[in-house]
Amino acid sequence: MTTARAAAILLAKELRLEFRTRELLNATVVFSLIVIVLFSYTFEPTAAESRRYGPGLLWIAFLFAGSLMLHPSFAREQLNDTLDALRMTPVSSFAILLGKMLANFVFLSLSELVLVPVFAVLYNLSLSGVAGRLIIVLILGTSGLVITGTVFSAIAAHARMRELLLPLLLLPILAPLLIAAVEATALLLAEKPALDPTWVTFLGGFDIVFLTASWLLCDFLVEE
Amino acid sequence: MSARGTSTPSGHQPLGISFEQVEKRFGSLVALRKVSLNIRSGEFVALLGPNGAGKSTLLRIAALLMNPSSGQVQFTGAAECRGDSGPQDGGRTREDVKRSIGMVGHSILLYDELSAAENLTLFAELYGLDDVSRRVVGALEACGLASRSRGLVRTFSRGMRQRLAIARALLHGPRLLLLDEPAAGLDRQGHLWMGATLARLRDEGCTVLMSTHARNESVDLATRAVSLLAGRIEEDSGPGGDPRPLLAALRAEA
Repeated sequence: MTTARAAAILLAKELRLEFRTRELLNATVVFSLIVIVLFSYTFEPTAAESRRYGPGLLWIAFLFAGSLMLHPSFAREQLNDTLDALRMTPVSSFAILLGKMLANFVFLSLSELVLVPVFAVLYNLSLSGVAGRLIIVLILGTSGLVITGTVFSAIAAHARMRELLLPLLLLPILAPLLIAAVEATALLLAEKPALDPTWVTFLGGFDIVFLTASWLLCDFLVEE
Repeated sequence: MSARGTSTPSGHQPLGISFEQVEKRFGSLVALRKVSLNIRSGEFVALLGPNGAGKSTLLRIAALLMNPSSGQVQFTGAAECRGDSGPQDGGRTREDVKRSIGMVGHSILLYDELSAAENLTLFAELYGLDDVSRRVVGALEACGLASRSRGLVRTFSRGMRQRLAIARALLHGPRLLLLDEPAAGLDRQGHLWMGATLARLRDEGCTVLMSTHARNESVDLATRAVSLLAGRIEEDSGPGGDPRPLLAALRAEA
């Protein structure tokens, strides 16, 4: 069985589990909406102020959403030791990891589908004309977030203080990604929108580097 | 319930397993101390010993869920393969061994929020089985859960969960079956079903390694008994020997 096929089966399992319970999605979307709404009280959302602070606030909201969502990614496999069951099958460790990454990408993207329009309304920003380019930045930034987050979720799952450990490990690693995503988003929301190839390349490179690292280290990440 | 439904594929040779000076440490705790044990293809081995003797650790190493701290584990069968070595030929060797192993552990190894059928379908697909629907239906009928195929596992009683866990372990027709106290939680009917299933597998030549600390019908199927204590093999009836004296020491199942 190919890695892609195995990852697709595991992705289907993750989606079925989450859409049956909706525990994660509901909590994540509500929490992120609260964050965005609260942030909107911190300054007068004029166009200039929103362009200055908005991108950073948006990506912080995504980061909070991601942290909430990523922690149970491997933790929920501990309930009935289902990760052991997956490890006993002939599928590769990378397929297990990839299935979780894809699922987390879907869940976080669904949250962003709700958050971005709300953000645009609350902060008086128009996304028409930049939607397509913004989606590229969102895809690359979200990919980096879930790739790295899923890897550290696997590491933190075995630790005692995993709820605290995941953000402590993740946030420093994600700093470069966040900077690039915020800068790229800010340039798109500027008076003269532009998609800066430098930041886009950086985001893509970040994703490739960490995806490659996860492939190389997957056996150590998934094993006991 | 019936003892049919899943079977070791005809024509497939059972798998033997050999532990050579296997040691397993968890920090300062030594769970297994230089254990050497050669289990031949087709043997039904009862692994005995009190809590903390190292039975579960031995089974988890056999299931390739953990690596020994030292020593080697080797699998023998129609195709020699080493489960402890790194991936060879693109990892196919370790994959082939995994395809041949089934395990019932302390946990049920099933998803609570999936139905019985969904759980079995998931693992049938991950094992790359063909005719998944038929296999799943057959497995559920065999373990007496066909009427609850759409029920979520979290709604099942303990006995039902254990029966489904056993069905999952047998789904892909393993040649080496590892059972960690599989009778736990089973009612009388479940015991009889499990005993009949294991008897059929033994007659088909499947290699079984079953840990227990209580006497039940399934233990009486054993062709060999190995007793562990504090991580070491204390007694071994040996291949071809009489396991009954060791099994007689087990207390009767309540």
